[in-house]
This record gives sequence, structure tokens and C-alpha cells, in this order.
Amino acid sequence: MKIREIVKLLDAKLMTGEEFLDSEVSSACCSDMMSDVLAYVKDQGVLITGLINSQVIRTANMMDMICIVIVRGKTPTDEMVKLAEECGITLMRSDKRAFEASGILYAGGLSRSLEGQNA
Amino acid sequence: MPETVKFHFEVDGSDFSSAGAASVKVKKKLRQLAYPPEVIRKVSIAMYEGEINMVIHANGGTADVEASDEEIVIVLRDKGPGIPDVELAMQAGYSTAKDNIRNLGFGAGMGFPNMKKYTDYMRIDTVVGEGTTVTMKVKI
Repeated sequence: MKIREIVKLLDAKLMTGEEFLDSEVSSACCSDMMSDVLAYVKDQGVLITGLINSQVIRTANMMDMICIVIVRGKTPTDEMVKLAEECGITLMRSDKRAFEASGILYAGGLSRSLEGQNA
Repeated sequence: MPETVKFHFEVDGSDFSSAGAASVKVKKKLRQLAYPPEVIRKVSIAMYEGEINMVIHANGGTADVEASDEEIVIVLRDKGPGIPDVELAMQAGYSTAKDNIRNLGFGAGMGFPNMKKYTDYMRIDTVVGEGTTVTMKVKI
């Protein structure tokens, strides 16, 4: 799935990273606990979270995740937007809740969540 | 591959939002030095966890990274409270972090286990009341 489709499916507002909209992603992780993202993510390209702080961007950067969806209508801080820009990460926000956003993306073709839970 | 390259960082313990900044820089440098992506990933995750630990528990410290063509060595030093029971601290899920840290998305008790998982060597030298030094190595 292209990042562009994620924006469309989640009716999301793009905060930064327009130049990467045609990048392909195949899997996602949904968590508000960055410790768990660091422990369990393997090759998921998308992070879905309702957490708002700079560590969200740094955690995604460490895990080579290229797209972050902020859910529950929260607005990322200016610092987050700036960091995402520096790290080459596409950052967007959506009014959808985490469960709904995850379901829509899963149904749309994104699969796999946490390592070890893969079928 | 380059000759041995050294980096030194001061990790500010007073500002959680800046925690991890050194790890982001190291990741960028290692990419420029053309280390394999898997090595870079291991180093940056282990260092980031360590950096977060220093900010949460020890009011910051220093981070030194030495990168050669054989291995990357990360040394994190702090003058924090030290770790009374290292074996317990190494257990997955064990954490002494307070709720305010959990609200920030950390403190799941995965820091040390994760650092061990992503490195080929890890050593913790700690003295209660004096501080902790964590040494980690990742083979190229």
C-alpha cells in the first residue's frame, strides 16, 4: 500500500512528508507504549499511535518506520513535525480512534502487528 | 570501511523531550559511514534505550561511541542512583519507572532486555549511590 492511500483511507491530514507519499508500506504497529514498539517491531513501516511527544518520532526513526499516524484527533507538536521532517518520516493525523484506524488499514491490505503475534 | 571513529555526547537529564537526540545523530553518522543497515539498527535501538534510561533514572550522563571495521562500542556513563539488583533489572517487564514516565510511552520494563537482545555484548557496572556504566558492543 502506498502512504498516499493511508491518508485517503483514514481521512487524515498530512503534517509533513508529502514527498514520500508514493513510498510503499506493507505492515503496521499500533501502540502508545514506545517501549513495546522498540521491543517488538521488526519490519513494520507504519506506526499508529495516540501518544504525543518527540519520542514517538525518535522511536519510529530507530525502528526504520517511515510513516506515523497520530489518531484520536490529536495534534502533533511543532517539535514533532520538525523532527519528522529531519528524519524523513511522513507524519499525519486522523480523527479516527486507534482501533478503527487499524481495522481500516488491515482491511485495506496492511497486515501484521507485533512480532511473535504473526500467524 | 572507515578507521575508528569516535563520538561523544552529553545527555541532558532535565528534559525528557530531548532524550534520544544523541542516538538520532549516531544513526545518521553511521549511515554516512556506510555501515550495514542491520548493524545501524541494532546500535541505534540499544543506544536509544540506554539514553532514555539515563534520562528517566539518572538525570542524564554521557554517551561515547567508537565505530571501527570490526565492531561498534557504546559506553553510557551516569552518576545516578545505581542499580541495587542488576539481575532483577534485566528481567523483561520489571520497571521502577513512575506513572508519569509510563504516560510518556516508556517504563514497560523492556529497556535492558532490549539492549541485550540487540547487542552482541553487554556489561553493566553499577555502584549504588555512585552511578552506572553500561558497555555494549555490536559486531559488524
